[in-house]
Amino acid sequence: MTAQDWRRAWAVAWKDLVSERRGKTAFNAMAFFAAIVVIVFGLALGPDRPSFVAGEETLLQYLAPGLFWIAVFFAGVLAVARSFASEIEGGTLDTLRLYPGDRRALCVGKIVANCALLIVLEIALLPMVAVLYSVDLWSRLPSLMGVALLATVGFATVGTLFAAMTATLRAREVLLPVLLFPMLVPLVLAAVKATTLVLRGDMMGELAVWITLLVAFDLVFLVVGTLTFEYVLDD
Amino acid sequence: MDAARIGGVAGVAAIPVLAAGLYLGLAWAPPDAMMGNVQRIMYVHFPSWIATAIGYVVALVGSGGYLARRSPRFDWLAHAGVEVGVLFNVSGLVTGSIWGRPTWGVWWTWDPRLTTTAIMLIIFTGYLLVRAFIEDSETRARVAAVVAIVGFLNVPIVYLSVRWWRTLHQIQSSPETVAPEMVVALRVMMGAFALLAVFLVARRYELARLEAAAEAAEDRVDG
Repeated sequence: MTAQDWRRAWAVAWKDLVSERRGKTAFNAMAFFAAIVVIVFGLALGPDRPSFVAGEETLLQYLAPGLFWIAVFFAGVLAVARSFASEIEGGTLDTLRLYPGDRRALCVGKIVANCALLIVLEIALLPMVAVLYSVDLWSRLPSLMGVALLATVGFATVGTLFAAMTATLRAREVLLPVLLFPMLVPLVLAAVKATTLVLRGDMMGELAVWITLLVAFDLVFLVVGTLTFEYVLDD
Repeated sequence: MDAARIGGVAGVAAIPVLAAGLYLGLAWAPPDAMMGNVQRIMYVHFPSWIATAIGYVVALVGSGGYLARRSPRFDWLAHAGVEVGVLFNVSGLVTGSIWGRPTWGVWWTWDPRLTTTAIMLIIFTGYLLVRAFIEDSETRARVAAVVAIVGFLNVPIVYLSVRWWRTLHQIQSSPETVAPEMVVALRVMMGAFALLAVFLVARRYELARLEAAAEAAEDRVDG
């Protein structure tokens, strides 16, 4: 991509973020849904301390990393779907397609916008998880945000590609999660493992492996995603 | 050579090889020293994975070919590859599960190979699902090709991640450590299943070609 393409990508991201800030259509639905998921997990699993959990942790404290990421990824599906649904509803996808320059700019712009949206969601959701599940997140916030950033880039990349693919199809509400979640298996494992290790301490030095996997996942799908994006969009 | 020819040759060749392989595996090869006759399901289980691999590699080649050339032939090939791959993927998982129950005591464990092949099945079933929802044949071929390529590339990453997540699996036997009769029977069955996979891919390709022709004829009548 040339410098001009990067400016184009930035323009697409900026446009998405401005319209999201003004309308908040995706964010409100997504944040509310994520909050409900966190609360429902709390109700379903209960605040007790079952005997099989080692140490002094409650079940919710023990499961907090997994529950947090499930809430983020479920809500994230709404966000990536919305980023193309709004273009189609407004009839603006064709306009975007007609702009000159590299198609990859459009893809990168959408990924950046979706990333930003998800990071804001995570920032809003972390205190909620900390309070409701009584987990001590604050002392480890910087490394936690590092892990979150890597996982979010991967999710936004694959999510944007598959959302673009399913945006014009019938039954897209079903197809997007069905296609997306199997692809995200490595990301879910790595994000949950890395978060657990950050919160609970990394005694065996395993964290580096999961960070490597997150970085590798991000890089592979940033390359593959941007390269295949033009085939997904062209008509 | 056209697809019907290749399929015909592979299909005819598969019959005696499959018969010989079944005889060798079920009667001629000795039962396993520890597992007994239960082990004989391996002669179907492992060849299923060979056929699965053939199916998915064909799908990858077809999908890449389609995006490069935009010829519907590549799309038919990719579709045929995925369908055959999914068929043998199911057969591999089911036979593995049946073997696992008496051997490990459970139908399922979260072992890297089991988990990866199950995720692989879900990814490629998603491919078939997407195809079913797109009417325009060019859009369908294009989107399906991207799903197949991205899905195929994801398989090794899934495998690595699950292996790091759970590292309690047994190592497969090498040909040096098992009875030579077993190796012969397994090799014959692998050949038979490979021929079977080629036969099925070729038949499915022919079917896809006819389906496309019917679709085009329908469009002409409507238009």
